Amino acid sequence: MNKILIIIQREYLSRVKKKSFLLLTFLTPILIAGIYAFMIWMMMKDDTEKRTIGVINESELVEPVQSKDYTTFEYLPNTSFEEAKKMLDTKGYYALLKIPKDIMESQSAELFSFKQVTMEVKSEAGSQIRNYIEGIKRSKIIAEANMPDLEQKLAETKTPISVKTIKFGEDGEVKESSTEIAMGLGFAMSFIIYMFIFMYGVQVMRGVIEEKSNRIIEVIISSVKPFQLMMGKIVGVAMVGLTQFLMWVILTGAIITIGSAIFLPGLDSETIQHASSVSDLQSAGQGINQAQLDMMHEVLGTFDMGYIFSILGAFVFFFLAGYLLYSALFAAVGSAVDNETETQQFMLPISLPLVLALYIGMAVAKNPEGSLAFWGSIIPLTSPIVMLVRIPYGVPVWELLLSMTLLVASFIFVTWVAAKIYRTGILMYGKKVSYKEIWKWLRYHR
Amino acid sequence: MAFFEAKNIIKQYAGHTALSGVSISVPEGSIFGLLGPNGAGKTTLIRIINQITGPDSGEIFFNGEPLKPEHVHHIGYLPEERGLYKKMKVGEQSIYLAQLKGMSKQDATAKLQAWFKKFDILEWWDKKVEELSKGMAQKIQFITTILHEPKLLIFDEPFSGFDPINANLLKKEILELRDKGCTIIFSTHNMGSVEEICDHIALIHKSEKILDGSFEDIKKQYRTHTYTISFNGELEKLKANLSDDIEIMEHQSGKEFESLKLKLNNGTSSNDLLSQILPHVELVSFNEIIPSMNDIFIRVVNEKNLSLDME
Repeated sequence: MNKILIIIQREYLSRVKKKSFLLLTFLTPILIAGIYAFMIWMMMKDDTEKRTIGVINESELVEPVQSKDYTTFEYLPNTSFEEAKKMLDTKGYYALLKIPKDIMESQSAELFSFKQVTMEVKSEAGSQIRNYIEGIKRSKIIAEANMPDLEQKLAETKTPISVKTIKFGEDGEVKESSTEIAMGLGFAMSFIIYMFIFMYGVQVMRGVIEEKSNRIIEVIISSVKPFQLMMGKIVGVAMVGLTQFLMWVILTGAIITIGSAIFLPGLDSETIQHASSVSDLQSAGQGINQAQLDMMHEVLGTFDMGYIFSILGAFVFFFLAGYLLYSALFAAVGSAVDNETETQQFMLPISLPLVLALYIGMAVAKNPEGSLAFWGSIIPLTSPIVMLVRIPYGVPVWELLLSMTLLVASFIFVTWVAAKIYRTGILMYGKKVSYKEIWKWLRYHR
Repeated sequence: MAFFEAKNIIKQYAGHTALSGVSISVPEGSIFGLLGPNGAGKTTLIRIINQITGPDSGEIFFNGEPLKPEHVHHIGYLPEERGLYKKMKVGEQSIYLAQLKGMSKQDATAKLQAWFKKFDILEWWDKKVEELSKGMAQKIQFITTILHEPKLLIFDEPFSGFDPINANLLKKEILELRDKGCTIIFSTHNMGSVEEICDHIALIHKSEKILDGSFEDIKKQYRTHTYTISFNGELEKLKANLSDDIEIMEHQSGKEFESLKLKLNNGTSSNDLLSQILPHVELVSFNEIIPSMNDIFIRVVNEKNLSLDME
């Protein structure tokens, strides 16, 4: 068996068998599913809580708020504010709504309670009073104008506008696209790459330091070339990362599917009942409102298979190339120090472009066409992160090819430089290393 | 016949010279001591032999062939800075190291188990290295060094960190390997261990080789022709009868007998000395003072420093 394969195998297995790896791999999907479940629970819980609100109406308006859904308004005529305040306890009111005498002029009402009032109650009360007053004003105008059908004509002026975003494809084909989705997707992918580079780059560095501080390094490089050991470690750790990522995707998907089947059985049986026709399935609702349904159509419109594969391909490419570029640098840092506390002085030049890339990525998500976006996605140290933000918006082929070529070229160059530092650094024990010293190592020939 | 040869090796690092034209020739089936103070260039030379680093110039021959990457499979190396993966199991780790030396997994497993049985440490197989004591870990390291049956073995300060019992065991194993035909390079600054096992030595000091040869030859070369004698009788009478070529360096009077330290000059033999002593006093003991390797080492190094200072 090729020696580099033996090294990859050890690096991979020794990490995958660790308890911390297993824990992280299995707990994270549970955590994600848990957050997801919590959000659903919160949404369902909000809908069902019944609240009664006492109303002190000092104005001339007649019952401007009406009980609706789970919110009940109880009018307290001939009750002083102090008495009403006591009723918060005695009658179990959620809050007191005070509509002042001069509501038409002051345009404000007040909600009193012992704890923070929910947004829902506040907006419900506000919108009801507003509609009521608007109604009064409008009927007054209608009455004064003395025009038939005015009411209906006014109603006809209401025009809901929805803006669809449509993108011209390379071949002139018109595609419906969604800005929000492109933005979310691009940013999610670049963030995953950022996390991956950091987490596993540091693992490569730790592995190198471990070999150095264990003093096993000299035994190993009397059997294999330092470059083989370095690449074996980098590739082995990359495979650990890919394994973990894949496990997260599969496990999270599985937990959410199984969990929703168990905890949302109503939804499930309904789905089965109506599964005969797609339209029925949609009308069954599944708790999805019309807006979400529109969004789903939009998503499906945005993503034809070719688009998905090109994004996926670019993701895997920049994911791996970016990791390889940085992990070679992390390996070089690991070789230059004796323990992890000494790494700090060398970490800055590595983490700075990474963090910078993330910030550029955030700016680029808002403006994917500017010169910042262009240079950020061409320069190799930032391109793996910034390019991924741009890709869902569509990037000219020549820019993509230029970025990829530069990234591969700089990966080869950086690995070559890092290998030079590495093979000298791993044999230096107990020596405080400076940048000047590393510069010297670069000029050693084997 | 030389199994391993290095000719005129030069290695420079930015700022300093590690080896300036060092040549060594290691006879097949011998134990070759590579001696020198710390920082002399021993480790650099050993790293060059192991192809961890390359020389700037010079030629290296392994069993008659120029040194090639494949030769690492026939070299076993126990470095001075040595260790194991702490979190890895002993058996797994030994197999890994053997595979890196080109052995198959099956072959490595079988041979490892034989060695573990020999050292009676089979129960360590599934233990993690961090659970072992330092001496135990050293044993594992020794086994992994020699497992692939290398023709050339290189030990850099092998006894450091071993307790006397394990050091003795190690010494026994090293001699056994030599008797089986292995060629061994043994690097150390501990001269005591050299006297016991080395057949040949080379002394490296400040990047240069300053002494080289078989152990016996060097001992002969550095004879000081000094003797100690103890006797019963009158000192003055003996003194009066010794020739001018015999120099008295020290005198001690003990309770029972007198002792003298004598130096023989101008080719006077020990027999000449005896013939001059015996008629006059009763001889109790007669010993040649043979310089230890340590004495030779210090002497050669001092001479070298002196000549460097003169330049």
